[in-house]
Amino acid sequence: MEKKQFSSVDLTEAFIAAIDKANPHLNAFVVTTPEKARAQAKASDEKRAAGKAGPLEGAPLGIKDLFCTEGVRTTACSGILGEFTPTYESTVSGQLFRDGAVMLGKLNMDEFAMGSSNETSHFGPVVSPWRRGNEDSKLTPGGSSGGSASAVAADLCLGATATDTGGSIRQPAAFTGTVGIKPTYGRCSRWGIVAFASSLDQAGPIAKTVEDSAILLQSMAGHDPKDSTSLTNALPDFRAATKRSIKGMKIGVPEEYRVDGMPAEIEALWQQGIEWAKAAGAEIVPISLKHTKYALPTYYIVAPAEASSNLARYDGMRYGARVAGRDLNSTYENTRASGFGAEVQRRILIGTYVLSAGYYDAYYLRAQKVRQRIAQDFRDAFERVDAILTPATPSAAFALGEKGDDPVAMYLNDIFTVTANLAGLPALALPAAVDANGLPLGLQVIGKALDEESVFAVSAELERAAGFRAKAAKWWV
Amino acid sequence: MSIDEKTVRKVAKLARLALPEERVAPMAKELNGIMAWIEQLNEVDVEGVEPMTSAVEGLSLPMRDDVVNDGADPERVLKNAPKSEDGFFVVPKVVE
Repeated sequence: MEKKQFSSVDLTEAFIAAIDKANPHLNAFVVTTPEKARAQAKASDEKRAAGKAGPLEGAPLGIKDLFCTEGVRTTACSGILGEFTPTYESTVSGQLFRDGAVMLGKLNMDEFAMGSSNETSHFGPVVSPWRRGNEDSKLTPGGSSGGSASAVAADLCLGATATDTGGSIRQPAAFTGTVGIKPTYGRCSRWGIVAFASSLDQAGPIAKTVEDSAILLQSMAGHDPKDSTSLTNALPDFRAATKRSIKGMKIGVPEEYRVDGMPAEIEALWQQGIEWAKAAGAEIVPISLKHTKYALPTYYIVAPAEASSNLARYDGMRYGARVAGRDLNSTYENTRASGFGAEVQRRILIGTYVLSAGYYDAYYLRAQKVRQRIAQDFRDAFERVDAILTPATPSAAFALGEKGDDPVAMYLNDIFTVTANLAGLPALALPAAVDANGLPLGLQVIGKALDEESVFAVSAELERAAGFRAKAAKWWV
Repeated sequence: MSIDEKTVRKVAKLARLALPEERVAPMAKELNGIMAWIEQLNEVDVEGVEPMTSAVEGLSLPMRDDVVNDGADPERVLKNAPKSEDGFFVVPKVVE
């Protein structure tokens, strides 16, 4: 656009056409906003012509349905929000538009971001553009930001917003050969983002490259007085950090991430990442994060507990669909039973149980203490290292329906990502190789609190070394 | 600690979720499966450990000035209401 080879209107029209073709097959968008996109693109072209282009001027993006968008239906992909149409804009999406972004539509996700395969969405699962070899079975793009990952991987937008409570940015990025970063807790304002587990939720981008993810995060992050947990620290130049050398950096490799039953190709990928870091002049340091195995059980107390409180607001009185009962309580009960899906109901019940009288100390308080242990493991490790390198997921993408019956098996998808949420740390997943079936596999780089710069530096170096060029074939065209 | 059907009914009541009778037993089984997996947290020594209540250390919650900075906008507030009248939400009768 800067070279005047095409305009934002041209680019936006191309994406609108691509979405029209692909979406019946991928189900990545739950709402498309072509008219809004065209108007924004036209305004962007005018701003650019006037020499007033912002950092994202004219760039068409997708917005996860968890972000409130003024005048555009926002449901967190839950039935309980009905046709909820916000009269306000989330801080994060507002900042993207301030910087010139164009919105193509709202992206599918697991209901209230609870899921790792996008199968809990009220609007049906998202299909990954990737396929195993020549098979045509439908694979998951991961979750909860499955629509974001699928849309970016299928070239239906330049980048997308996403959110990460236990791995919901990084696991879908790893499954789809895209880049996703969850910044330090508090970097991005949570204002206007439908709440799931408030002490864990963080917004971040899913993009095609590490540099793109840095540019998007720059616009999304920053202090917001409307979120009391929003950090006041000044934002560093994230894009500049992607050009930094990692020579002399100390990179930790935690022994506890070598889990039972991990496929050999994940192990090999991790070893390859270590070799790439060494070749770039980094020093590899073995470290121990000894409470790693307790991270997921801790998460499955803390997150449902917070969710059961956050989701108490959905009572059918102020928004969403109301299902009348014989009295007020039964109206609440009917409204919630009909509006929430099975996984959300399960988590609300767990959360209510662990917070209920007689169980609070045994479960919730204990989980908060174990969470402290997990965070302390990281604090100790970061005394000795500048960043930590791990695999992003314990496997490549699985088929839709493959892990339907056992919630715990599904939860184990987030084994490598959930620790960064509990400890509030920045972490990025990037594609590094393909498995024997041609599916992407990702590495994860975890940084100290507030040190996204080291995360970007290491990730960009690994990205250059990996030279990942694989793309999903556009079988829907 | 195993979750029996009575507990499932009680928790569903607390959570204001109507749970059809035929779902009570399967839900007890699902919750027990998850809670059994969570029980491994009992192995961790948490003696003297401070519970972690915030993801960021040393974060103090700022106070804003006690002034009206928003409001007087009932139309926007009521825009998504399932039922409203004369600038109010209409809800089922609370007191008989």
